[in-house]
Order: sequence, then structure tokens, then C-alpha cells
Amino acid sequence: MTGEVIVRAAEIPFPPSVEDFFPPSLIEGTGPWLTKFTLLLWVAVALIIIFFAVAYRDPKLVPSRLQWMAESVYGFARDNIAKDMIGPEGLRFAPYLATLFCFILVNNLFGIVPGIQISPNSHIAFPAILAVISWVLFVSVGIRHFGFVPYFKKSLILPAPWFIQPLLIPIEFVSTFLVRPFTLAVRLFANMFAGHVILLVFTLGGFALLNADALLAPVSVLSWVLAILLTGLEALVALLQAFIFTVLTSSYVQGALAEEH
Amino acid sequence: MNIAAVSGSLNALAIGAAAIGPGVGIGLVFAAYIQSTARQPESARMTQPFMWLGFALIEALALFGIAFSFVFD
Repeated sequence: MTGEVIVRAAEIPFPPSVEDFFPPSLIEGTGPWLTKFTLLLWVAVALIIIFFAVAYRDPKLVPSRLQWMAESVYGFARDNIAKDMIGPEGLRFAPYLATLFCFILVNNLFGIVPGIQISPNSHIAFPAILAVISWVLFVSVGIRHFGFVPYFKKSLILPAPWFIQPLLIPIEFVSTFLVRPFTLAVRLFANMFAGHVILLVFTLGGFALLNADALLAPVSVLSWVLAILLTGLEALVALLQAFIFTVLTSSYVQGALAEEH
Repeated sequence: MNIAAVSGSLNALAIGAAAIGPGVGIGLVFAAYIQSTARQPESARMTQPFMWLGFALIEALALFGIAFSFVFD
């Protein structure tokens, strides 16, 4: 038994690398078009649609437990994010913010579900598209609210002396229109990526220790206990990152709608 | 003969260095939030979104360290 474990452990490559993030195609020979990530993305969409459809199938004044859960998720996005961050006019963004929150949350939680244990958001492509959608949203909201030229005038030209403007305008442009979507995408991506790497290090590290020598073998138990504890931490990070992505999106929308800086 | 030769990945060191600043920054954010909440408990809900905003903006710097150390491997 022990010998078998050690032989198995010898086959596990220890320092986890970026290659661990590229699982093979689900169907042989179809290339990268249907991988675990593609499947998980559709599963996430299906889960959210089914959850809300079932919860609202027969809405009652006194909600059932499922309806209460769905209502508190939407109520959280509506009251705590849209209303608190944007103000009364933020209510029309509540559907988008709630969808964004649920989609990112379900995708992040895939990172700790046993058997799946990787989040599609640990590939930069998925957070990048979400960030681009948010970017287009806040820029177009600003343009529709103020008009094209006044919006850019408002967001680029700050009340400052004229001689500082040549320095200020490029900085404002870069920070508002380039750094915002970039950080939005990289934050989510790096959190999920780092979380997966940490779990890999402690799980595979346990096998590497087991394999190293007799003295280090008991330490592998500690490594696996830490892996389980860190899974709990990852649950917190998944929730927090979904929340932060949504809060930042609503804060950017609020900035685009604000009259003054 | 090299007496003080060190081998390994410089990227691991870079992550440690990149975490110093954000570590201090996140400490300051939460310290300020705790202090303001202790002084004025009724403002806790009002200032909470700003705490998360500040936390997220600072944390991004540490995460850039992680991302770039893998990108430029």
C-alpha cells in the first residue's frame, strides 16, 4: 500500500507550472475549441438560469426558501451595490450588476469544487472580456449622459492651472481609459490563477514530501491539511473578487455619471 | 570555487519584494476602517464600499507581481 503510494507520488511533477492551466481537449483531435473551460462556462450559465428560473417559477408574497435565496442575491446587487455606489439612478444597472456578480461568483467557485477545481477565470481571456464589457458600459453611459465631447472634456480636463494640463491630461486618459479595464481583468485573473497555484503547491508538495525521504514524509500530512484550509480561504477570495469586480464596475459607472470630480 | 552561489528562480524573490508595498497598504486600509468604525460605529456601512475599493486597488499591485513573474518566466 505505502509502496504503491510512493510510486504514484514519484509520477507527480512537483513544481506546478503554467502548463497545468491548459487541460487537454475534451474530444480527441478537435483542438482547443472544447476544453474543460468551455464546458464550465456553459455549465455556469445554465446553473444561473436554472436557479433563477426555478426560484421565480411561482413567486409568492411570503417567499419560499429558494425564492428567498434568489431574492437576497438580487437584492444584494440592487441595494448594496447599485444603490449604494451609484445612487438612485443606479437601479437601472442592477440587472447587469447582478448578472455580473452571479456569473463571476459561480465561475470562481468552480476553483474549489472537488473534481473541477479550476476556475475559467484563471485564464486571462475570460476576465478580459468581462472587463471590456464593463469598460464599454461606463464609457457609453458617460457619452449618452453628457454627449461625446463634453464627456471626454469632463473626464480628461480637471480643474487645475493651465500649465499643468499637458501633464495631467495624458495621466487622466491612461488611468481612466486604459488602466481601469486592464486592472479589472488582471485582478480577477491573477487572484484565480494564484489561488490555483497555491492549492497545487500544497497538494502536490505533499506528494513530493512523501517521496523525498522518511523524515519528511510525515510533513506531507501538514501540507495536505494546509491545502484544505487554503481551500476555505479560496472560497472567501472567490466571493470577494466577484464582489469587488461588481463594485468597481458600479464605481466607474458612477464616475461617468458624476457632474463634478 | 563559488562560496556564496545561490541558485533558483529570481521570480520567487520578485514576488516577495512586490508584496511589501501592498502589504503595508492593505494594513493601512483596514487599520483606517477599524479606527473610523470604532470612533463612529454608525458610519460603518457608509465607508465599507470605499474600504473594499481601496483594498482592491492596492491588492492589484501585488497581483501584478504574481502575474508578471509568470509571464516573464
